[in-house]
Amino acid sequence: MNTDKDFSSLKNEGLENVSNQERRDFLKMGLAITGIFAGGTLFSAVSTFSRAHASDFAKKYPYKPHYSMVMQQHRCIDCERCMEACAATNNVPNRPGNYRTTILEKETPDAIGGKLEFIPVLCNQCNLPQCTRVCPTKATYKDKTTGIVLMDTKKCIGCLTCQLGCPYNARYFDEKNRHAVDKCNFCWDTRISKGEKDTACAQACPADVRIFGDLSNQEDRIFKIVHQIERPVWVLRPESGTRPNVFYTKG
Amino acid sequence: MAHHHTTPTLNELVSGVADRLKTAGTGFYLMVFVSLCMVLVATGLGLMTMFKGHEAYYNVYREVPWGILIAAYVFFVVTSTGLCLVSSIGHVFGVKDFMPIAKRSVFLSIATILSGFFVIAFEIKIPWKMAIYNVISPNLTSNIWWMGTLYGIYLAFMFAEYIFLLLDKHRPAVICGFSGSVAGIAAHSNLGAVFGLLMGREYWQGPYMPIYFIASAMMTGCAVIILFHILGHKVNNEQMTPDMQRALEVTTKIGILLITVILFFTTWKLIAGAAGQPGGAWPIVHSEVVGHHAFIFWFFEILMGMAGPLVLFILSKGRDMKLMLIASVSMVIGIFVMRYNLVYLGQALPVYYSLGVNEFKEMLNYFPSIYEWIITAGGFGLTALLFLIGEKVFDGHKVEEH
Repeated sequence: MNTDKDFSSLKNEGLENVSNQERRDFLKMGLAITGIFAGGTLFSAVSTFSRAHASDFAKKYPYKPHYSMVMQQHRCIDCERCMEACAATNNVPNRPGNYRTTILEKETPDAIGGKLEFIPVLCNQCNLPQCTRVCPTKATYKDKTTGIVLMDTKKCIGCLTCQLGCPYNARYFDEKNRHAVDKCNFCWDTRISKGEKDTACAQACPADVRIFGDLSNQEDRIFKIVHQIERPVWVLRPESGTRPNVFYTKG
Repeated sequence: MAHHHTTPTLNELVSGVADRLKTAGTGFYLMVFVSLCMVLVATGLGLMTMFKGHEAYYNVYREVPWGILIAAYVFFVVTSTGLCLVSSIGHVFGVKDFMPIAKRSVFLSIATILSGFFVIAFEIKIPWKMAIYNVISPNLTSNIWWMGTLYGIYLAFMFAEYIFLLLDKHRPAVICGFSGSVAGIAAHSNLGAVFGLLMGREYWQGPYMPIYFIASAMMTGCAVIILFHILGHKVNNEQMTPDMQRALEVTTKIGILLITVILFFTTWKLIAGAAGQPGGAWPIVHSEVVGHHAFIFWFFEILMGMAGPLVLFILSKGRDMKLMLIASVSMVIGIFVMRYNLVYLGQALPVYYSLGVNEFKEMLNYFPSIYEWIITAGGFGLTALLFLIGEKVFDGHKVEEH
């Protein structure tokens, strides 16, 4: 009762008195909380995690190091240097449909300002991968230490079920070099296992779109990007339930 | 030699086969020649694509990796499972009316699964590795692994069953027939699960596929039992016995029932894909019912595969062999296209469709290459060849009266 009276006796300050900065902060907060993002592909559970939940992360990121990638989507200009670096580093044949990573192009004709976005995609190194479940011969498997989904090419019979199981179109059959299905392995054999800190695509990117790192390390840059609430963070196709390890952000 | 007095000696068997082959007409040899050529050409081209790489010869690609050869494989193993299950009603479960179709059906279930293996050998990129790594590196969560393994067991049981039927050893034949049916159902539902358990492929996903596959196998089984028993009597120039006529009459009745079951399944599958317009299924169902795939769906799958044969079977009352022959041929063609629709349409929606990107705004197209068609035809050639030879070698698969 008392509060009601106090509230009704308050003077209306008027919207015109709210500064631009305050409006922006308010909108930002709304975005972070409700997780609105065009396309409805937001993974809001991750973006609302805070340091208070640090003890949960070990369960959430079961690998050490838990390799993953964040795409700062708004920075991508489709220069394709990542694709070139990947193909050159990983001996990817120059044939139609043979690639480990690519850049998708999305148009939003009714957008105000920029109407074109570029979305880099690659294997999401999922925590619950479909490809490894469906493979009859364990030719593809999740590495127990790093969580990277790897190929044991000699075991691949070429049934291509993994290609259909993958919700990210991340696999192709390499008829030229490997005679097996091939996919992104975060440059495990060509760079990371040899002590390099970055994948070839992340290193080649001139716009700092691709950030590669260890999600199990709270000091890592990628951890900090994924665990803030200022900017939306999402994953592609969360509905397929594979718990991907490639995150997207913008703004 | 302690032969039973009714069991012929080996010499008698050989001379019997020789007599039957000698008296066979030109038409028979022409059909043998044609089907043999189909098998040989398909084998030659299949081996060539295997060694030179499928990429240059097949029209499948990264986003649509499974084409008509997978559809053909599914068709042949569906047929085999159906032959096994429908014929088991008689010789395994003791329903007397179905007894006369036992031998030919079991023989054909072996012929059709071999045709399935023939086709899949040219679809899998490195099939010989399958034989090695399925054994030494099995993945027990993989439906493909279970399907392959269980079909291997199934084939062994069907072989054993047929041999026991030939030797007239009823009890072991029943045991093998029962075991074969169990292995067949397990294998075939796993094939359904290969599609049904792929997350993120909404058109396929769910328990529908394994259930549908079994029911649809039995429907197919009825069609091919009717088809090959009528053809078998034509090849051997023989009149059908009243027992055989009765067996085909009851098979037609089961066929009518199963067509309505599959029509019912198909109806609900379409309604489920339309109601609420689920993102991963609606564009596919739309193209299937009214879009660019509608003619193939309505004409082949619905009209030729089910609705037409349903009417013809009812009109035939299970006794008009001409109508039943037309209906079963139409059904075989329709069901083949049904498998093709199932395999292709599940892949037709790009995984990034909902993202709205320029690369994947449209449904994905696929049409088989000439090589894929020829190898598919080779699978049919192999079934035809084994059927024709089987008729002469096993003397029309006659079932002895007990």
